Amino acid sequence: MIRISVNGYEHTVDADPATPLLYVLRDHLALNGAKFGCGLGQCGACTVLVDGKAAFSCLTPISVLPGRRITTLEGLGTPEEPGQVQKAFIAEQAAQCGYCIPGMIMRAHALLQARPDPSEAEIRAAMDPQLCRCGTHMRILAAIRRAAREGAVPSYVGTIEGTRP
Amino acid sequence: MTACTSQDVSRRNLLKAGGALFLSFSLMRPYDLLAQGVESAAGPVKVPGLPGDLAKEPMLDAWIRIAAEGGITVFTGKAELGQGIKTALIQVAAEQLDVDPSLIRLVTADTHGTPNEGFTAGSHSMQESGTAIMHAAAQVREILIGLAAARLGLPADGLRTGEGAVLAGETRLPYGALVSGHELHVQAQPHSRLKDPSTHRVIGRDLPRVDIPAKLMGAAAYVHDLRLPGMLHARIVRPPSDAARLIALEAGAVERMPGAVRVVRDGLFLAVVAEREFQAVVAGRALAAGARWNNPTTLPPQPEIFAHLEALRADEHVILDRQESAGPGVRTLEAAYRRHYQLHGSIGPSCAVAWLQDGTMTVWTHSQGVYPLRAALAEMLGMPPEQVRCIHTEGAGCYGHNGADDVAADAALVARALPGRPIRVQWMREDEHLWEPYGPAMLTRMRAALDAEGRIVDWAYTVRSNTHLTRPPGAGQLLPARHLAQPFPPPEPKPIPQPEGGGDRNAIPLYALPRARVVHHFVPEMPLRVSALRSLGAYMNVFSIESFLDELAAAANTDPVAFRLKHMEDRRAREVIMTAAERFGWPGDRQREGRGSGFAFARYKNLGAYAAIACEVEVERETGRVRLVRAVAAVDAGQVVSPDGIRNQIEGGILQSASWTLYEQATFAENQITSRDWSTYPILRFASVPERVEVHLVERPGEPFLGTGEAAQGPTAAALANAVAYAVGIRLREVPFTQTRVKAALGV
Repeated sequence: MIRISVNGYEHTVDADPATPLLYVLRDHLALNGAKFGCGLGQCGACTVLVDGKAAFSCLTPISVLPGRRITTLEGLGTPEEPGQVQKAFIAEQAAQCGYCIPGMIMRAHALLQARPDPSEAEIRAAMDPQLCRCGTHMRILAAIRRAAREGAVPSYVGTIEGTRP
Repeated sequence: MTACTSQDVSRRNLLKAGGALFLSFSLMRPYDLLAQGVESAAGPVKVPGLPGDLAKEPMLDAWIRIAAEGGITVFTGKAELGQGIKTALIQVAAEQLDVDPSLIRLVTADTHGTPNEGFTAGSHSMQESGTAIMHAAAQVREILIGLAAARLGLPADGLRTGEGAVLAGETRLPYGALVSGHELHVQAQPHSRLKDPSTHRVIGRDLPRVDIPAKLMGAAAYVHDLRLPGMLHARIVRPPSDAARLIALEAGAVERMPGAVRVVRDGLFLAVVAEREFQAVVAGRALAAGARWNNPTTLPPQPEIFAHLEALRADEHVILDRQESAGPGVRTLEAAYRRHYQLHGSIGPSCAVAWLQDGTMTVWTHSQGVYPLRAALAEMLGMPPEQVRCIHTEGAGCYGHNGADDVAADAALVARALPGRPIRVQWMREDEHLWEPYGPAMLTRMRAALDAEGRIVDWAYTVRSNTHLTRPPGAGQLLPARHLAQPFPPPEPKPIPQPEGGGDRNAIPLYALPRARVVHHFVPEMPLRVSALRSLGAYMNVFSIESFLDELAAAANTDPVAFRLKHMEDRRAREVIMTAAERFGWPGDRQREGRGSGFAFARYKNLGAYAAIACEVEVERETGRVRLVRAVAAVDAGQVVSPDGIRNQIEGGILQSASWTLYEQATFAENQITSRDWSTYPILRFASVPERVEVHLVERPGEPFLGTGEAAQGPTAAALANAVAYAVGIRLREVPFTQTRVKAALGV
């Protein structure tokens, strides 16, 4: 049994300590945001925040996570109340198939927390670990610029209503 | 996930609703009957003269139903692939029905619920389904006006519609109150009273994509997110290659691993089933480690792949032989072009859920064709097609025939071994890279002669290619079916006939060429498994033709855009060419070292959208790196339904094609594929994304819809090659333009 904190909620998980966080999020906690893409840290579809920093959940075993704060896409907002970065992605219609977008949003969120007013070069460098196959890159960049214009991104340290799986 | 049950629930609600049209709709007809017709390979019984896919499914209530309480449900046999088709189809229906788009519920591809519209492919969805729904909606509106006129005792001419009701002065008759029985269970007519395009309020406006919020908020949006009661997870252990044979298998220990439920073996098909997903992953690795294979060398050495393809038997199809009068050629040019194997490379590996329950196999799938998949699964499983149901549920973008159908077959085979338990199979990254059918390697050769005025008078072109279509409906087209103890062999590949074509798609130039001969060398034998990759042969043919056009323009000492216009008579083609050139500021900045501009044009399939693309590149001599700096596209898609949807498709097409063209080739050695992940098959990353991409639409109100999903692939490749030639004076004739190839061409 391993205790992890996801979106402000504590969960006791019955899984092998070597299990990557991605599988626990999706399979044990029924959270859809983080996606399996490669299992190798090459595509970023599984990106979540660990203590506010972007991390590949497909490579992070749950054994290293007790005491650390995990935020997933679900922790940023809900369909009724999207988060700031999510709103910006909707405003720019920054998705085609959308499969990579949750990871994009998480990494963009981490960037904007660290650098509220990033330059274009900083955005591109920060997003480089994330792959998109539909070619939605121009809109993703526009959405991140839009989110930055909207002001500081909230850090979501506490419990967020509506995110309990 | 709601996809599994919401349709059933809502269907029940609809059925319960008193007076609903739905009651008149027999669940036995028409899909199952029609589907059998399709699956006999003869194609559905067509009703000639009806617009779009009404010709395949003529009954209006197969497309549109109105419940007594007013709920409107629209049915399409097409599937959302991330191209935004759901939104565009809702717009079309809302416009013609005079209702708010938010009041329309759209049901997409399901063998037990929607018309059989074949595959969602070939940029056909708006032409086929969009046209059918547009006419069905207009005809339903006419019927509703007629019903209201009869009820009110007024002439139909004086009645209007709006907000989901027929209006007669102050009297408002909601649609739901007008339908009580079989009114919409009628055959469509060839002609409809469509709205005057100048009055459109929904068509041609940007409606936010209906599928985006769920995807961005972590709602269950994909088949990957489906969680059914008692669902188990499976992983497949494949042979190292198609030619490999299993020598020994140690599976006993695997079944004793934590969470492991079963090892399923049927011939060379190996699967492991577990309670939890990661337990299936771990057990899958153990099973793979316990399998010993004999893997003979069967692949040609990669450096010799083109010579190998040249040596294979080919069927020759002359697809154009034009002999019009023209003066003699005074200068002849020749060139040959190559394209390596390329991957679809979906970001989300293929996934499916299958459930054998009470004698029915239900499969949730991101296949592009639920009906053809059902036929293939039924054949593989030895079940009657009506006992197999395929429900489209979104996956990651596919860009053609990826692993979707194969993983559905994997799930169905495992589900057959564990009746009553839903089985979810998701491929691992290497499964997708190694086993998806690739876009074929291709070769083209051309020769053309210019007359004294710099006009093309002779044109000879050959394209050599494998098939671009190995999709179901045959069981032998499902990867795991080939590996069973009683295998289903792949059927003999066939070319796709003109005018659409497969390897020869867009092999016939749209330009006015007086003497022209175009030949398709169709190579049946496939060294690597291949199938439809977005735009099929059009990518390579347009790359070749439009590159060669620049070579000819240079020989004629004519500007490339002017040279194209000199040979183009099609008015709409001319307009997109001129629009792209103007918006780009052609020829751009000619002064900067290592920078250059390129231009290309094609009308997809010579039947779909017109697209012209101008781009600027930067070439770094020292590294051979080519960077797309900016691109400007002009597109004529006929009547535009969703302007932003088209822009999104074209922008995406440009970036994806740039990735194919600059970076991508599948690699292989001796007896196996070596492109197994994103490090061995690199694609476009943010560091190389252009500075700007613009898409300009040439509006054609009232004209037929022209599919745009694949229109950018070919022109982008040629525009890049032409820009490189402009920038540094080298002509790249082999895709992709890897840094090694660019440096070799530069002599660095």
